[in-house]
Amino acid sequence: MTHMMNQGVAELAQSLARKDFSSVEVTQAFLDRIQLHNNDLNAFVTITGEQALAQAKTADAMRAAGTAGPWTGVPFAHKDIFCTAGVRTACGSRMLDKFIAPYNATVVEKLNAAGMVMLGKTNMDEFAMGSSNETSWYGPVKNPWDRTLVPGGSSGGSASAVAAHLCPAATATDTGGSIRQPAAFCGLTGIKPTYGRISRWGMIAFASSLDQAGVLTRSAEDAAILLHTMSGFDPKDSTSVDLPVPDYLATLDKPLKGLRIGLPKQHFAEGLNPQVEKLIRDALAEFEKQGAILKEVSLDNSHLSVSAYYVIAPAEASANLSRYDGVRYGHRCDKPVDLEDMYKRSRAEGFGAEVKRRIMVGTYALTAGFYDAYYIKAQKIRRLIKDDFDRAFSEVDVIMGPTSPHTAFALGSKHKQKDPVAMYLEDIYTIAVNLAGLPGMSIPAGLLNGLPVGLQIVGRDFSEGQLLNIAHRFQQATDWHTRTPGVGAGTGLKGDQ
Amino acid sequence: MAWETVIGLEVHVQLSTKSKLFSGSSTEFGAAPNTQASMYDLALPGTLPVLNGEALQMAVKFGLAIGAGIGKKSVFDRKNYFYPDLPKGYQTSQLNHPTVGKGSLTFTLDDGTSRTIGVTRAHLEEDAGKSLHELFPQDTGIDLNRAGTPLLEIVSEPELRSAREAVAYLKKLHSLILYLGISDGDMSQGSMRCDANVSVRKLGDTQFGTRTEIKNINSFRFVEKAILIEAQRQIDLIEDGGRVVQETRLYDPDKNETRSMRSKEVANDYRYFPEPDLLPIIIDDAYIEAVGATLPELPDVKAARFQQQYGLSGYDANVLAANRDAADFYEAAAAECGDAKLTANWVTGDLQAVLNKAELDIACSPVSASALAGLIKRIKDNTISSKIAKTVFEAMVAGEGSADAIIDSRGLRQVTDSGAIEQMITAIIAANPKQVEQYRSGQEKVFTFFVGQVMKESKGKANPTQVNDILLQKLKG
Repeated sequence: MTHMMNQGVAELAQSLARKDFSSVEVTQAFLDRIQLHNNDLNAFVTITGEQALAQAKTADAMRAAGTAGPWTGVPFAHKDIFCTAGVRTACGSRMLDKFIAPYNATVVEKLNAAGMVMLGKTNMDEFAMGSSNETSWYGPVKNPWDRTLVPGGSSGGSASAVAAHLCPAATATDTGGSIRQPAAFCGLTGIKPTYGRISRWGMIAFASSLDQAGVLTRSAEDAAILLHTMSGFDPKDSTSVDLPVPDYLATLDKPLKGLRIGLPKQHFAEGLNPQVEKLIRDALAEFEKQGAILKEVSLDNSHLSVSAYYVIAPAEASANLSRYDGVRYGHRCDKPVDLEDMYKRSRAEGFGAEVKRRIMVGTYALTAGFYDAYYIKAQKIRRLIKDDFDRAFSEVDVIMGPTSPHTAFALGSKHKQKDPVAMYLEDIYTIAVNLAGLPGMSIPAGLLNGLPVGLQIVGRDFSEGQLLNIAHRFQQATDWHTRTPGVGAGTGLKGDQ
Repeated sequence: MAWETVIGLEVHVQLSTKSKLFSGSSTEFGAAPNTQASMYDLALPGTLPVLNGEALQMAVKFGLAIGAGIGKKSVFDRKNYFYPDLPKGYQTSQLNHPTVGKGSLTFTLDDGTSRTIGVTRAHLEEDAGKSLHELFPQDTGIDLNRAGTPLLEIVSEPELRSAREAVAYLKKLHSLILYLGISDGDMSQGSMRCDANVSVRKLGDTQFGTRTEIKNINSFRFVEKAILIEAQRQIDLIEDGGRVVQETRLYDPDKNETRSMRSKEVANDYRYFPEPDLLPIIIDDAYIEAVGATLPELPDVKAARFQQQYGLSGYDANVLAANRDAADFYEAAAAECGDAKLTANWVTGDLQAVLNKAELDIACSPVSASALAGLIKRIKDNTISSKIAKTVFEAMVAGEGSADAIIDSRGLRQVTDSGAIEQMITAIIAANPKQVEQYRSGQEKVFTFFVGQVMKESKGKANPTQVNDILLQKLKG
């Protein structure tokens, strides 16, 4: 039997069903492991041990009574962007350091209803703004593959935790690449579904038209399980889509013969590390082996995606973050002399530098006189980018390429450069997918100098089942997704012997 | 020099939906502070808006009632500004794609002339909360009960040319809103608030003058007074060689003056952009048709029908049709008694006077439509005279029962027995030889003296027509 720490969601569910161990036992084991490694990795900002054990106990009772669902009792972690009733939701910000929501996000409700056990809440870039998890008020998260490297962002805590086997899976969100890039950097399977697939209710907003929840796991099968559990129409989110949720597990094994894979020439161009490209080409060869057809496509406007994104996302963020004014909840400065003083100091103290930068950029882009030149223009580009994808999808079924031009970079190397644009370019291959609202995935495609490389798979609207199927077939034929940080026993982390 | 006032009105109507525009909280007025504020109204993180379909339907209803184009695609926008009673830091409104497009409103002035004013647009938006400055000595309290209440902002073209017209427009709007049942229209509770854009120009000029905006006027009377005083202020200013500054002003009813609101150092830039948490609302013809089918007969159509169907004067028809309850009351009473004209006189006359005095809506009338019909029937069948009817009506208002009951208990039934009347007249003629002499010598005015005597003798119950006939006959002798 695989050690319980190394089991994924599907495997754990089977173990629990077979009564190899109880939910309380596996929950305690993960809590112990979090205890052991979290000081070092800083992946969790809140550990909900007592609550988790209580949930696990209930889960075991349900198993005993025969009322359990398939995933009842399986532990996991939530990104600290999802509101959890009674448990702090800080969103990586000092602003919400003491914020305890009186409600659960719909995603939280759904996983609760499935009987899954929340171990705690994971670290993230402040308000999901960042690509390295270095903007968090709670400090940077470390990459378990190499503690001097970033795990990627903004879902860096979730990625680090899953990669280090502190939990078998974690929820995450993706506004410009925040699931896929950390998945690539930490050797994980990450999926961001189509915009509207998962309810945003209770998920703290960064850029409303781009934000989408998803998951970070160690296999496509696990991703299929969690995505299925989290998806569905929610009357509380007007942008959620009222379409049935397919059984993603049922289609995982479909053969890939005849699958037309598009390779955007812009994603295999200058700027891509040639060794990363080599690994991606090797992965593509595996698909060819399975009968898929490769075809070059062009996303003509992809060079505009980062620029358009950094107008639209900050514009929406500038309004989304106006509610943090010190009036009703969140950080309020000490002894304000008047209203303006309260606004200014509460926000100056509550927000970090990157959040402030984006609020200012967004405010500027919406200012009378600049609105047409920035916001309207960016929206036009967004349309062109969507058109590019539509055109490509008239010729191919999915689009593949590298998730990131390189492997994980050193902590502080970009953040400290004070060059925000260098960090923004991190998302060069992922951002267009959010602008177009399409589903996107990253799966491990190889190791470069001992560090994971991610393959990005992008599909048509609501083609999550197909993406998971493609990923699963790849993972059946390769073992990159089973590689764990370091060498030797377990995950190679201290205490794993 | 002759001056012309140019006025455009922006009217905020609070829609009488059960819940708020984007949340399920109640919109009831007067609850304890912050007891009607949901998580969305408090702008807690991660909460999202869901459009209240009833509010949309009300907006479309209004649009159809003013003959406006309905936006097939209406879009909500965020209007950004910081204020403590604006929890999200933006107000959700409609900038470029309002639900209601161009329409018009026709109203009649007291002198009978009719005016049609363009309505530029009407859009849905949420109200803000309230800042309470009086409750706490050092702090400001925030009550978010009102935050998120649906408003329909109705913007007129600058086509009104006098304070009188502005009030007539407002009253017509008020009538229409009540007709449609989309608001209680109570100005004292802020259910209908008016901002007036006022400018003046020399009569004959084609260019508009610089306008000022008078904010939040909360009664018809104040609208009239505020516009008059503001127009005069602008005229005086210009005539003294000054210039009108474009600004926002407040009307102070106690001093009957407008004064400049502390102007912000920089002009507001609301940084509008489309609300990404709400999809554009797509309205199809079927929806518009369905809403149209729920429209009641509107005042103008009703007034025209009253004139045609009941032969009422234009004035009476308009008065009755202006208020839906009054019109319903009228039609019910008229149908029951079978005399539409007489009913119109009673409803617009005696009944209205009683209601005005008691400050009652016709819905709370002490005399029901059916009871009034009962009274009119007795006038028509000569049981009582019109004069006696007034006495009976007073008793009905006082709660003494139906017309028939009062007529019986007070013995007010008209005397129509010609023998009895003749007997009375014979006696009166015998008792007043001097007056008889006068009448016969040509002083026909004395005739009314005899009528009066008969009425006195009969305690007003003698049938006036019969009295006249018999008197004439007897006096001619």
